Amino acid sequence: MKKLLILGAGTSGTIMANHLLKVLPKEWEISIVDQDETHYYQPGFLYLPFDLIKRKQIRKPTEKFIPEEIHLVHGTIDRIDKEHDQVFLENGIVLNYDVLIIATGTHIAPEEIEGMLGEQWQKSIFDFYTYTGARNLRNKLRMWPGGKLVVHIAEMPIKCPVAPLEFSFLADSYFLNKGIREKVDITYVTPLSGAFTKPKATEALGHLLEQKNIKLVPDFNIERVDTENNKIIDYGGQEVEYDLLVTVPTNMGDEMVARSGMGDDLNYVPTDRNTLQTKIKDNIFAIGDATDLPASKAGSVAHFESEILTENILRFIEGKELKKEFDGHANCFVETGHGKALLIDFNYTQEPVRGVFPFAGVGPLSLLKETHMNHLGKMAFRWVYWNMLLQGKHIPFVTPTMSMTGKEIDEPERIES
Amino acid sequence: MSERTYAETKIDCNEEGYLTDLKQWNKAVATEIAAEEGIELLPKHWEVLDFIQDQYKNDIPLTIRKIGKSGVVDIKTFYQLFPGGPLKKASRIAGIPKPVSCI
Repeated sequence: MKKLLILGAGTSGTIMANHLLKVLPKEWEISIVDQDETHYYQPGFLYLPFDLIKRKQIRKPTEKFIPEEIHLVHGTIDRIDKEHDQVFLENGIVLNYDVLIIATGTHIAPEEIEGMLGEQWQKSIFDFYTYTGARNLRNKLRMWPGGKLVVHIAEMPIKCPVAPLEFSFLADSYFLNKGIREKVDITYVTPLSGAFTKPKATEALGHLLEQKNIKLVPDFNIERVDTENNKIIDYGGQEVEYDLLVTVPTNMGDEMVARSGMGDDLNYVPTDRNTLQTKIKDNIFAIGDATDLPASKAGSVAHFESEILTENILRFIEGKELKKEFDGHANCFVETGHGKALLIDFNYTQEPVRGVFPFAGVGPLSLLKETHMNHLGKMAFRWVYWNMLLQGKHIPFVTPTMSMTGKEIDEPERIES
Repeated sequence: MSERTYAETKIDCNEEGYLTDLKQWNKAVATEIAAEEGIELLPKHWEVLDFIQDQYKNDIPLTIRKIGKSGVVDIKTFYQLFPGGPLKKASRIAGIPKPVSCI
């Protein structure tokens, strides 16, 4: 038997396992390893702090999504030995492979910022990128009387780059509904030059912060958190005071990547941006948040990558040339509060533009525009995730590479390869 | 897309004044853009600009962390060299796009 091994049973790994089971020749055996026995619907972490989603809607057993024919191994990965095509787990298990897929994702690393991971962590400083963080923040917000709420991004890249902005918008709605909006001062702090950085999005959405009375602090590169005085301080000496700090700490790839000696300085795996083969060794591929691709770290990207990676793995084992097809396609709903959302569709080179999706002239979803229909789309997506996406079912009318129809595109842009 | 004149040459820029084609960049252009940002380019500036152009050519996104670990400057010095928004100022002077998010 030949062996295909997948590291990580999150969104990417689970989709790949399901895809490959359907198409790999019979002599191939598939295994998948994860340290966690729970699969989380991560987009739900955005809603949990505001009591907009229930626990059971975002947590399900990992094994439920891995077909019986696939060997699901529980354990923490110690390291990959690329010379001998082996993976060592911390519990002593050694797994051999012919083809390896790294799908170990990304996680928050609050320890990277001085003062963040101290006594105030999960007391006045919270994340919402973990289940625990989102739940603790929900409990905090239920009792919080108001004050200075600072929503903060430590450094790029982060998973789901729009999530902190969505958090700010939902916070505005939440406090308004609670009747204490006038007691809450919301500030959005980013290392980038603004909340919106692409020209079309800035033009279409720039008014949203002002409309929702959210203050903006751009170009803020955090050096440390001063928990004595409730301040975040940047390298230029700029200070922002908070009563409640909701931060997106530095995001990093799995430590296993560093232990295997294969990552960049944030433990992301150097990967070909069009084929998804790693630059480490020909029989090692990577997908989703674990890669160093200049694409968004998002579930939709993982989904689009999975269709192309499946084909390339088949090509690889047949000794054929890999398809240079992945274009960085992402498709994301962005909650703007008050029952509305935006939809954005973009890739490596094409910025999000206005238009309709998925059918030219019809929609029903609107691109780069706030509508209630888009919000319903985002809500319906949870069902799609659990019942279609993880199983590797094709989402009708949504293509892995970006379609240019139905979009208001000024001029054709060159797709770099 | 708009054109601006630097070092007596017409240069393609976007609306915010960032070069759209690195091939049009040269030291004279950089010196004039730096002057617009109120910066006089000294040897240390050029070392940083070299580094970030090199990163860009290798498809590596520019971050404060990368600068700090570059061995060229530490982050505090980077701020002193390009005061107030060093990443975006250094990017503009180096002729590369400003660091962006997805929207």
